[in-house]
Amino acid sequence: MRASLALLKRDLLLTFRNPGLIVNPLLFYLLVVTLVPLGVGANQQILQDIAPGIIWLAALLATLLALDSLFRNDLHDGSLEQLALSPTPFAMLTGIKILVHWLITGLPLILLSPLFATLFSLSADATGVLAITLLLGTPVLSAVGAIGAALTVSIRNSGALLALIVLPLYVPILIFAAGAVSAAQAGLPVTGQLYFLAALLVLSVTLAPIATSAALKINL
Amino acid sequence: MNTSPSRQNVFLRFFRRLASPKYFYDFAGVWIPWLGTLALLLFLIALYGGLLITPPDYQQGDSVRIMYVHVPSAWMSLFIYVFMFFNAIISLIWRIKLSDIMANVSAPIGAAFTFLALFTGAMWGKPMWGAYWVWDARLTSEAILLFLYAGIIALNFAIEDRQTAAKATAILIIVGVVNIPIIHYSVEWWNTLHQGPTITKLDKPSITMDMLWPLLVMTLAFKFYFFTNLLMRARLELIRREKQSQWVNELLR
Amino acid sequence: MNPTALLQATNLTCERGDRQLFADLSFALEPGEMLQIEGPNGSGKTSLLRILCGLLKANDGNVFWQNDSIDTQRGDYLAQIHYSGHLHGIKLELSPTENLVFASALHGGEPWLSIESALDRVELYGFEDEPAATLSAGQRRRIGLAKMLVSKSRLWILDEPFSTLDTSGTKILEELIEMHLNEGGCAVMASHSRHGIERDRVQLLKLMA
Repeated sequence: MRASLALLKRDLLLTFRNPGLIVNPLLFYLLVVTLVPLGVGANQQILQDIAPGIIWLAALLATLLALDSLFRNDLHDGSLEQLALSPTPFAMLTGIKILVHWLITGLPLILLSPLFATLFSLSADATGVLAITLLLGTPVLSAVGAIGAALTVSIRNSGALLALIVLPLYVPILIFAAGAVSAAQAGLPVTGQLYFLAALLVLSVTLAPIATSAALKINL
Repeated sequence: MNTSPSRQNVFLRFFRRLASPKYFYDFAGVWIPWLGTLALLLFLIALYGGLLITPPDYQQGDSVRIMYVHVPSAWMSLFIYVFMFFNAIISLIWRIKLSDIMANVSAPIGAAFTFLALFTGAMWGKPMWGAYWVWDARLTSEAILLFLYAGIIALNFAIEDRQTAAKATAILIIVGVVNIPIIHYSVEWWNTLHQGPTITKLDKPSITMDMLWPLLVMTLAFKFYFFTNLLMRARLELIRREKQSQWVNELLR
Repeated sequence: MNPTALLQATNLTCERGDRQLFADLSFALEPGEMLQIEGPNGSGKTSLLRILCGLLKANDGNVFWQNDSIDTQRGDYLAQIHYSGHLHGIKLELSPTENLVFASALHGGEPWLSIESALDRVELYGFEDEPAATLSAGQRRRIGLAKMLVSKSRLWILDEPFSTLDTSGTKILEELIEMHLNEGGCAVMASHSRHGIERDRVQLLKLMA
């Protein structure tokens, strides 16, 4: 427990000493969302229809940006070795790394979601649902993405490979989260989608740290 | 306690022996011609049945014959993934070298069958839907499966150390297996929600016996082809990995 | 088996790729003893150290800690060892003190020295709150030495610990190792360097390329 808290504290401290880690993915996210109307035109109706898809697609990409360095720095300076040799179970420490990734990339998206909703004039219902889907979905993105980051940790220039491995695994999240927001926008019930997202959340948060730590160990 | 030690030992001994590189190499060498011949024979029979014997569909005409390639390759794309999954599990838990070779060399064959399923699906789509590609649930799932295969192959190539590559690939295969049903289900759900302009009728509604047998024979032919190709690739990979060992040196001398 | 041994290895074999690094390697270390591993590059020194701390699986053979296999008591074993590899796991964005706070929490267990006295012992006093990025390579290396002091470990596994240390750093490390051995600890060290540690406590192991 003490080790987990210390790791959480250390990684947050490192992030605050290098604020670009938080700010850059967010700016990228905003940029992508802003570029879409420039590409498809400013038609309010069309934008409203495709908004859930765009917002979620941008979330997937923003998550990917920060994934690449999730374990790499620790591998290169030897901290990863030290984590693996801690008496605290490695899967638990890996879970903490995933939590930090979510705090850096997922949480800010949730906090900013009202802004995106406003940009695309989503209804109040859809705005609420968007925040809930982000709350349920972004931890899954961090957890599943961590597996990919761990598998590619020792490969140089692995950015595109990481995307190739991780994005297909993001398909269910994209479908159910964007589907829920669209449904809410159309005034339809969304509980089914939200339950499904919650199930994915439970599944990935329990299994992903195990898979991630196994993947890291073979790269040590 | 020791109810059937002897029988257990027979099995274990068989697998241990099979897992030894030299023995496997010879074993595969004996089987490849037989399996290959069988695959070719079944393929010709199925082709004859599918192209010449079975009647054209009353709605789709002759284009229905694409089914005899499309459906078996779609089945193979999943079958090979499951095959890779079991080999990945065995190689991670019991660290049997042969299993990770099997898992790794299966991936390109699986990807090829997936591509074939997609390609024939598009060919079939044109006469049926008037477009090569529609966002049908099965086709979309198949496309994502192709990406999963591509990721596995790319990861395997990107890692230089063979042992590390094999283990990393095995983990990715296992993660993929957990995800495939979820992906499939979610795509199906997505498809019913966004009902496209066409009705999906790729799944056979009811198939008559005289159309079914070429399909099944073709499936068998594909299976035997897979195992033939698998053994050939596995032999090659084995030699590559064991190039320092004595038996390979004797073999190549 | 030697019942009084703290660390014992039996018949270790290690293959990397398709090359055998070493085979049938055995040794036993009693409290207060050190094993020094010598050998040319690529002879498997680092691999052996990594097998001893469980980062790498030997292709054959076993490692025992207090007569139990390290695989069956992994958590307890890890709590008693300190491993220092080529890389020292030091974050350049953090100060020596912050690095040590983390290292000691990560290792758990009772501290040997307080963080201040550990930094004092490795002569980093006065730099404790500077970011490690502004320190010299030798000074960063000393943070690594201080890590060995902030948590109590009975077994030190050190990979080329004398590299990048200057004369006074080398002297500090020698004193630390002797102190550690005097208190009944063990050490395994891969090193080519001549050092001043008492010869009769050192077992020498030479690996061939």
